[in-house]
Amino acid sequence: MPGRLTHINASFPADCDTHPMSDAPPLFAAREPIFPRRVRGRFRSLKWAILVITLGIYYLTPWIRWDRGPNLPDQAVLVDLAGRRFYFFWVEIWPHEFYFVAGLLIMAGLGLFLFTSALGRVWCGYACPQTVWSDLFYAVERWIEGDRNARIRLHNAPWDGHKARLRLTKWAAWLLIAVATGGAWVFYFADAPTLLRDLVTLNAPVVAYATIGILTATTFVLGGFMREQVCIYMCPWPRIQGAMMDPGTLTVGYRDWRGEPRGKGGIKRRQEAAAEAVGGGDATPRYGAAATPDGDKDHAGGRVARDGTVLGDCIDCNACVAVCPMGIDIREGQQMECITCALCIDACDDVMSRIGRPRGLIDYLALDDRPPVLPGEHAPVRPLATEGGDAPETAVPAQTAAAREGLEPGRRATDVDGSPAPAALTADRPFITQGVGDWKPQPVWKHIFRLRTILYTLAWAGIGVGLLVALFVRPEIDLTVAPVRNPTFVTLSDGSIRNAYDIRLRNKHGEERPFHIGLTGDGVLRIELEGEDDLTVDVPANETRLQRAYVTARPQDAAAGEARSDLRFWVEDLVSGERAFEDTIFNGVESNDERFGSAG
Amino acid sequence: MADKPRIDPETGTETTGHDWDGIEELNTPLPRWWLWTFYATVVWGVIYVILFPAWPLVNGATAGILGWSTRGDVAAETERVALSNAELTESLMTVDLRVLEENEALHRFAVSAGASVFRNNCSQCHGAGAAGVQASGYPNLLDDDWLWGGTIEDIVYTVRHGIRNEDDLDARWSEMPAFDGILTEEEISAVTAHVRGLSGLEHDEAVAAMGAELFLDNCAACHGDNGLGDRNLGAPNLADAIWLRGGTQEAIEAQIAVPRHGVMPPWGERLGEAEVRAVAAYVHGLGGGERQVAEPLDAAESEEAADVPPASFPAGAEETPTEAGEPAVRPVD
Repeated sequence: MPGRLTHINASFPADCDTHPMSDAPPLFAAREPIFPRRVRGRFRSLKWAILVITLGIYYLTPWIRWDRGPNLPDQAVLVDLAGRRFYFFWVEIWPHEFYFVAGLLIMAGLGLFLFTSALGRVWCGYACPQTVWSDLFYAVERWIEGDRNARIRLHNAPWDGHKARLRLTKWAAWLLIAVATGGAWVFYFADAPTLLRDLVTLNAPVVAYATIGILTATTFVLGGFMREQVCIYMCPWPRIQGAMMDPGTLTVGYRDWRGEPRGKGGIKRRQEAAAEAVGGGDATPRYGAAATPDGDKDHAGGRVARDGTVLGDCIDCNACVAVCPMGIDIREGQQMECITCALCIDACDDVMSRIGRPRGLIDYLALDDRPPVLPGEHAPVRPLATEGGDAPETAVPAQTAAAREGLEPGRRATDVDGSPAPAALTADRPFITQGVGDWKPQPVWKHIFRLRTILYTLAWAGIGVGLLVALFVRPEIDLTVAPVRNPTFVTLSDGSIRNAYDIRLRNKHGEERPFHIGLTGDGVLRIELEGEDDLTVDVPANETRLQRAYVTARPQDAAAGEARSDLRFWVEDLVSGERAFEDTIFNGVESNDERFGSAG
Repeated sequence: MADKPRIDPETGTETTGHDWDGIEELNTPLPRWWLWTFYATVVWGVIYVILFPAWPLVNGATAGILGWSTRGDVAAETERVALSNAELTESLMTVDLRVLEENEALHRFAVSAGASVFRNNCSQCHGAGAAGVQASGYPNLLDDDWLWGGTIEDIVYTVRHGIRNEDDLDARWSEMPAFDGILTEEEISAVTAHVRGLSGLEHDEAVAAMGAELFLDNCAACHGDNGLGDRNLGAPNLADAIWLRGGTQEAIEAQIAVPRHGVMPPWGERLGEAEVRAVAAYVHGLGGGERQVAEPLDAAESEEAADVPPASFPAGAEETPTEAGEPAVRPVD
């Protein structure tokens, strides 16, 4: 099958030291340095925008203020580990509400499933911190040391003053970014302005400096030196994502049926075609619409090498390889290393525009989205179109353009570099890049709106709605009741049966509130609070108060003689009138004799 | 299974030569930084062994030049906590126990500290939940029945000196004589019937009438005419629903014939003043603690108080106003 082309390695750039092929393979391989070339284009612009947005969010969020009233922090996003609170704008999460965090994690997981099944490793390519920071580090590197060729020269140059100066400048810039990265992190865990002052005056806690130090080191090493090694060797996500993609998933790929056989040549004709047919530039149609002046749609812009080989659209310029931050060749097909950053699309589109060929040779595509009949393949259901090129205009060309050019298919048995081409290519496909008739790739929405992605979206949205509802209906006051089980009941001197309950009263208001505790039940029960004369306790602002309550049934009350009876504790905020309740059980004794025989 | 290594055409990498049902393994070289990471862990390991306890020996392990140990950590942490609590501990040792509960912070500290003292020292007999063990005569500390008094001060005294032990001259002491031989079996049965009648248990009225006489002659000196007991003598209240050693006919008869007496060791020396006070505050807060009366009762008041029958709820009342006028029972919805 196309897509598993094996004759491409020969075009790997010579400056990248590939695996040395010796008799005994080495146990360890040095990292092959990668020097991605600068690239411009739609996806590069998108990545810059995402980089600015994500880094902006990361660096600025701790500095947003949010007034919550007295006694509460005024930082919009704050993880208060000591106080066991999480503040997010108007939301405040307490430890017992950790299910919100669990729900968000489930949503994050489902969101990754959704994006992966629709758009492949789009997270890796655009939003992953490793990608964003590596991108930033590459930009700094390019700014200081120059673009790809300059960096390769510098890499190969011996150490001298010039190289040392550039290297040290680059590392210093990286280190600054790394310190800022680690520094921003700690502001999420304490009041940012106070912590900044403490950090500068060396009064901050040791753990703050340690955290900054560790994150500075990891950012510096992972963003500056490890880079693609993190994705290839350390991160489990590429492996997991491979299992979540399917043939309908949009991912970055190479239209080999259009590009192969690659080769340099036919330049003059290519330029003519560009000038005459499309005018070049971004106006170039993307798929198959370019036509030569004589109206030969199937053969528009097709190139012929000097030796007569009919070539595909790939001119083997290596632009896609040169810009790749992972150091791979996307034309080899799907690879675990590919993070789908789409920079090769930008690079290739640029080249295609300049040579006057349709863009999209490298593109976001689904692996199952190919022309039904590839150029040069025999149409399975069109036996009538045989010779002379008299097939209807709309029909898929059953006879190859190569044949019309009078070329013998067998002549293409060698590739441009002289290595043998696969037999399948030789026999079935005479290497014409156009000729797919009116075929167009499926619109993007058809890849995105599929049953699978819709189900993911529904599950994701369902949990989201559930969390939102839970967020808005949760009360400002709350209680949990833990019946004391050791012992389940106590016999008092007058024969009454008493149960004890540990009640936790939560006051989420920013001020101390009086809470009244009461109970309702099936029978007559009395309630007392430990250490209190009445049934009202003051709960401090934004705190939980533990209060023990005693519920007593007199000997003549039904609850005293029943093994269990239902009971409901009520708590009422006497200021706001809010109420909350929790159901529990009152334990009695089943027979009086047992009760009077009980421990005293 | 072990073929010769060959070059895999797809990747250009040599295989290991291992073949499992056609599945071969590429001999892809490891990244070199992986090796460096390994060397770094080795260096880390050497440094760690020098700095920290590492090599196990017969008695313990090599100490490491930092002298660090988990026990040392715990000791330091304990010391740190003790230091941070020093002020509270100091106040607890000197506070007037009658007003301890009014000092909320100090009281909370005492109760939390007392909880751990209780679990370490008291729960072996009284149980982790302080409910006691009837079969062994360890009293329940949760109820409102106190042989020796249930204020914090009373409990402090009991904990400090213990009960019926020979080690502390100030230990609480009471001893009921064995009536086996003094009274006949029939007489003991009759007294038992009378005692069961005192607390409203099922009994034979005719037998109990005979027992009443015997009770006045033999028991009332300590337990009082109405069987309400006397704390000064350590005589339990026989008219309530609490029976330390069981309230059945047989159990009471056995206790009259050959009484068993529990012993509690003195804890004052062992725990120290602060911990004794803390554990007393904790036990007092378990639900049965008695309110401290501001001034000690004089003799007349004491007698009067003793004559009041055990607290019982008015039969028909569904709502008993509490001190604050708050309905103690909310109407059933």
